[in-house]
Amino acid sequence: MNSNVWILTFADAISIATTLILATIGAILTERSGVINLGVEGILLMGAVTAFLVGDGTHNLWFALFMSILVGVAMATVHAILTITLRANQIVAGLALVIFGTGLSQYIGKPVEGKSRPVTIEPMHLGKLSEIPVIGPILFGHDIFTYLTWAGALVCSLYLNRTRPGLVLRATGDAPATVDAQGVSVAMVRFVHTILGGALMGLAGGWFMLARGTAWSQAATTNGIGWIALSLVVFAAWRPLRAIAGAVLFGFTLQVPYTLQGQQINILPPEIVQMLPFVATLFVLVALSTPRARKLLGAPKMLGQPFVRDER
Amino acid sequence: MGSHRLGGATLFALSARQVTKRFPGVLANDRVDFDLLPGEVHTLLGENGAGKSTLASVLCGLYKPDEGAVLRNGTQVRLTSPRHGLQNGIAMVHQHFRLVDRFTVAENVVLGHRNLPFRLRANDLEDQVAQVAERFGLPLDPRATVGELSAGQRQRVEIVKALYQGAEILLLDEPTALLAPPEVEKLFETVRAMTQAGKSVVFVSHKLGEVVDISDRVTVMRDGRVTGSVARGEADTRKLAELMVGRDIDLSPRRSRAAAQETLLQLDKVGLTKDGIERIANVSLSVRAGEIVGIAGVSGNGQRELAEIVAGLQAPTSGEILINSVRVNGMGTRHVRKAGLAYVPEDRLGTGLAPSLSIVDNLVLTRDRGFLVDRKSALAEAEAFIKQLEIKTPHAHTATRKLSGGNSQKVLLAREIFAAGDHSRVLVVCSPTRGLDVGAVEAVHKLLDEARSAGKAVLLISEDLDEVLTLADKVLVLYRGSVVHEVAGTEVDVEAVGLAMAGLS
Repeated sequence: MNSNVWILTFADAISIATTLILATIGAILTERSGVINLGVEGILLMGAVTAFLVGDGTHNLWFALFMSILVGVAMATVHAILTITLRANQIVAGLALVIFGTGLSQYIGKPVEGKSRPVTIEPMHLGKLSEIPVIGPILFGHDIFTYLTWAGALVCSLYLNRTRPGLVLRATGDAPATVDAQGVSVAMVRFVHTILGGALMGLAGGWFMLARGTAWSQAATTNGIGWIALSLVVFAAWRPLRAIAGAVLFGFTLQVPYTLQGQQINILPPEIVQMLPFVATLFVLVALSTPRARKLLGAPKMLGQPFVRDER
Repeated sequence: MGSHRLGGATLFALSARQVTKRFPGVLANDRVDFDLLPGEVHTLLGENGAGKSTLASVLCGLYKPDEGAVLRNGTQVRLTSPRHGLQNGIAMVHQHFRLVDRFTVAENVVLGHRNLPFRLRANDLEDQVAQVAERFGLPLDPRATVGELSAGQRQRVEIVKALYQGAEILLLDEPTALLAPPEVEKLFETVRAMTQAGKSVVFVSHKLGEVVDISDRVTVMRDGRVTGSVARGEADTRKLAELMVGRDIDLSPRRSRAAAQETLLQLDKVGLTKDGIERIANVSLSVRAGEIVGIAGVSGNGQRELAEIVAGLQAPTSGEILINSVRVNGMGTRHVRKAGLAYVPEDRLGTGLAPSLSIVDNLVLTRDRGFLVDRKSALAEAEAFIKQLEIKTPHAHTATRKLSGGNSQKVLLAREIFAAGDHSRVLVVCSPTRGLDVGAVEAVHKLLDEARSAGKAVLLISEDLDEVLTLADKVLVLYRGSVVHEVAGTEVDVEAVGLAMAGLS
């Protein structure tokens, strides 16, 4: 097998990682505030179908992506109202978002099912950089969002660890009563970051549609990427920079089946190979769920717990 | 903001005027007056539910009073939040610390301080925090992770946090609850350093003994009202207790009256190692029929593990446990109970009682394991207990979670002591009066004393040293999982016990 194929596989892995990183950072911000949003898959699907439909109608790439973000914001807002204001069970609310997103995207995407994408996010031309052998095509053949996403992860990391609002955010996930006693609104911190997280998830869906998806197909578009993002949050130990490494790794497992198929290598049935990322996800989650790993990872202590000020 | 100034020569740092605060079904504060002088240590003394914490919460801005006013330096202030209280120089240190375990000391101290720069430089903050800590003689490493600190150190973090934010008045809610005696002494030194710097301290407490030492003035509350306010030296503990409870109560020591009999519970070199940490090390003890053996110690020194080992909830990794001369280690709860053990866990609602089940059903829970439930006889039994122990409940079918702490504890004790009958002769009791008011404490102590007189072997594990000293015929001190001190109840040297609790013996 020639090495070009593997270079392309790596390049594709990094490209797919863009969606994973965006969604994972969105989930990290949400979870750091103490809210768990399992609706990622639903938001990704809605972001994707929105980008497709708006792109189809307006042929304006930026407007299409903007609308994806708005849809993400809207869905995260629903989650925030349900779980923060009304204190509904976060797991149930998140799963409801998935079901809602799957159903609605299928319904509104029906007229364009199978149609090829109306607008495309084109790769950047980085001139000499992309001509470097091996590294060039792997690292420098991507579109602007891939690079912005990396920068975003860095900014997010600095925000969490080096700024005042970041300090408050981390404290909110760990000890909301402490934050409350300091006169900071726990609900506000949670609302802001849940919605910000939703925006990133919406963008992740929109970008995936217009950069990686060839045609809208509800069954095949996101293909479980949202669930992988959720396990990546754990894998990354709620740290944005680690999410990049994890996302590339999982991007690779997502891409390998297609490469093998393209090369007519049939060691295993393709269905089995396509399962690999999810099997890997399971293994990661099992390995990381041991009490010791949990302690090392440092999950936000009050993750999934609604905050109620105890006035007797 | 409306404001007016009071006449008179004395200008109080902080006052409450006719403060009334209602919660659904409860009048927590009923026209309460309170005055705090600058540089004064003023204790709010009262039982649980007397309204002292409510008053403190009103004074710091956490609760808004329904009626009445809060005055700062003689000027009325309408505090809308704890933050607003802080802006007026008033800070409260809660009994349950409001700290982020995973943060460093410095991060915790600066958290929520509004004037911080957007970008945080760890070194600068650590220096600032160290400076504040030093000024008040509070030794603290700003780089330490709070989760790894002792209770006393965490409390210091809370105090430094309040001082860092410019507090002039510090309200300390039950500040000694989690501290070993030497740590209490250290806290008192800090309090003195603060008052010397012109700051005022309000001590919220239900512990009579210690408030007399530190306070310039004690204000006693009962049922939401102030029942008296006395200056230092004007009243002894007995008088204060009467103001607190409204009647003369008997908290004098109770000892066994009969000669001790055969050994019913024996632990022989019991050890427990978990996650590579030795939680219990080489503990040997024996409890005889008609005797109470008390285990004293600061919270988290292996008390819970020890209780769970004896109750069969955890298997020891070494040593032997004998109940009625039957070896039971690692056999599980059912077997242990069969061997004759009754267990009153620290967590009375949840582990001890099923909160949503009625009193009757909770009694049935530990009975013979027939397939059908015999409620009829249980009901008769429950009604007898309710009458005999003066359990306040609408009826025997009331869910136990609806009972007050004292009443649910009585139900649990009734089940474990009496309903178990003569079969269960070993009783393990953990912190039986935590969170109970003085009246209920008296009742629980009486029950334990009766159990002893009935020939039971009682192992009392309690973080309340006074409780252990009041009841135990033999006192053992647990420190980091080891018994470091052992003395007969009648020969206790309180100072030696205190030092042992702090690991200084």
